[in-house]
Amino acid sequence: MAIAHQFDYVKPPTLREAVRLLARYGTRARALAGGTDLVGLISDGMVTPETVVDIKGIPGLGRIEFKNGSLSIGALVTFSNLRDSPIIASKFPLIREMTGWVASVGIRNRATMVGNLCSAVPCCDSGAVLLVYDAAVLVNGPAGKRKVPLRTWFLGPRKTVLKRGEIATGVTVSLPKQKHGACFVKLRRYEGEDLAQASVTVMALAGNRYRISFGSVASRPIAVARIEALLEGQALSDDLVQQAVRLVPEEIAPITDIRASKEYRLHMVGVMLERGLRAAVARLSGKGPDYGTSLI
Amino acid sequence: MNKRITFTLNRETRSVEVEPSDILLDVLRDRLGVKSPKIGCERGDCGACTVLLDGKSVRTCLILAIEVDGCEVTTVEGLSRAGLTPLQQSFLKHDSFQCGFCAPGIVLSATELLGKNPHPTEAEVKEAIAGNLCRCTGYKPIIEAVLTVSSKPGRRV
Repeated sequence: MAIAHQFDYVKPPTLREAVRLLARYGTRARALAGGTDLVGLISDGMVTPETVVDIKGIPGLGRIEFKNGSLSIGALVTFSNLRDSPIIASKFPLIREMTGWVASVGIRNRATMVGNLCSAVPCCDSGAVLLVYDAAVLVNGPAGKRKVPLRTWFLGPRKTVLKRGEIATGVTVSLPKQKHGACFVKLRRYEGEDLAQASVTVMALAGNRYRISFGSVASRPIAVARIEALLEGQALSDDLVQQAVRLVPEEIAPITDIRASKEYRLHMVGVMLERGLRAAVARLSGKGPDYGTSLI
Repeated sequence: MNKRITFTLNRETRSVEVEPSDILLDVLRDRLGVKSPKIGCERGDCGACTVLLDGKSVRTCLILAIEVDGCEVTTVEGLSRAGLTPLQQSFLKHDSFQCGFCAPGIVLSATELLGKNPHPTEAEVKEAIAGNLCRCTGYKPIIEAVLTVSSKPGRRV
């Protein structure tokens, strides 16, 4: 079906030119990378830009680099690029685990992680997983560069702190200094491609520190500070797991939608938190299921 | 604002004038006469419109035609220019398709997989075709066809 809405298309050769165009057109322009989200939205008439700014001509945005304990992922890096990257496999197995459950290969070949963060849907898997790291979105705009901590990036469904004329050029992720094990548990209606009905990400760090985030249970992917604080400094015991699970209904208020009811989400987040905590702690000590093994 | 794009389609250089809003799937089918990419869900979920773009499987329903200026697009028409590939022959032998609507997409997804990983496990085959829906076969004969052809040493797919 042809797209009814007509728009201009530009493919600037430099970041500077892209920023200039986005600043000029403001909300009337949209940046295009993989297009797996944007083209669908335009087809459905959900967004009606006057100008689409294709950023695929900008050099240097397709890199995955790891330097001084910090990973940087450019705005044109696709989920397939991440899945095939030796650095991701060796240093960030949690990110690789997530890439195996994002959509399908045909989408992963095109969809970018930074685009996923910019689309900012509550079920955004990248957001949920990166929230357990110290991660920040790299932004370039008319006023220069800035670095937005991921924990302040999402404002609500499809809303981020990105301002007029700004473009997300990448995301940086610090490798935790301590030894750690982690796991991403994604609840789906079926094997293969599906959006998360709910997701739980757990990172267990040496010294009994924990980082926890949930997806698809709030208006944005969320870090769960209260459960992290409850667990802080304590070795994982059956009793502690149960205390953490009991906090779930106090921390989230999921909605009922086409993919799941709120009751189902609430119950399953507890189940997934328990399994995720145990798997992350087991992986920390070199045991546990291999990364990529589904726990649900 | 029309723009002329030039790209390689099944090893031939093709040039066509497009609107920025033209979807690649429509341009391939209606303007360039390549009918193997099928119109299915038109939202990237079913895989029927799959082609290889610079060697990687993609959903043409989610790509603007204008984006492929200068790129290389391959469909099954291009894949089998010199006769059916061993993978396609294996699909035939295993009766892997019934209505055939999903076939071009699955052939291309499996071709991409075997190009990267000539001897995949069953799990890897399932992952590669997870985004290609088939409503006839239950997938079993498709997976068997891919595993059979990939288990033969030294054969090119």
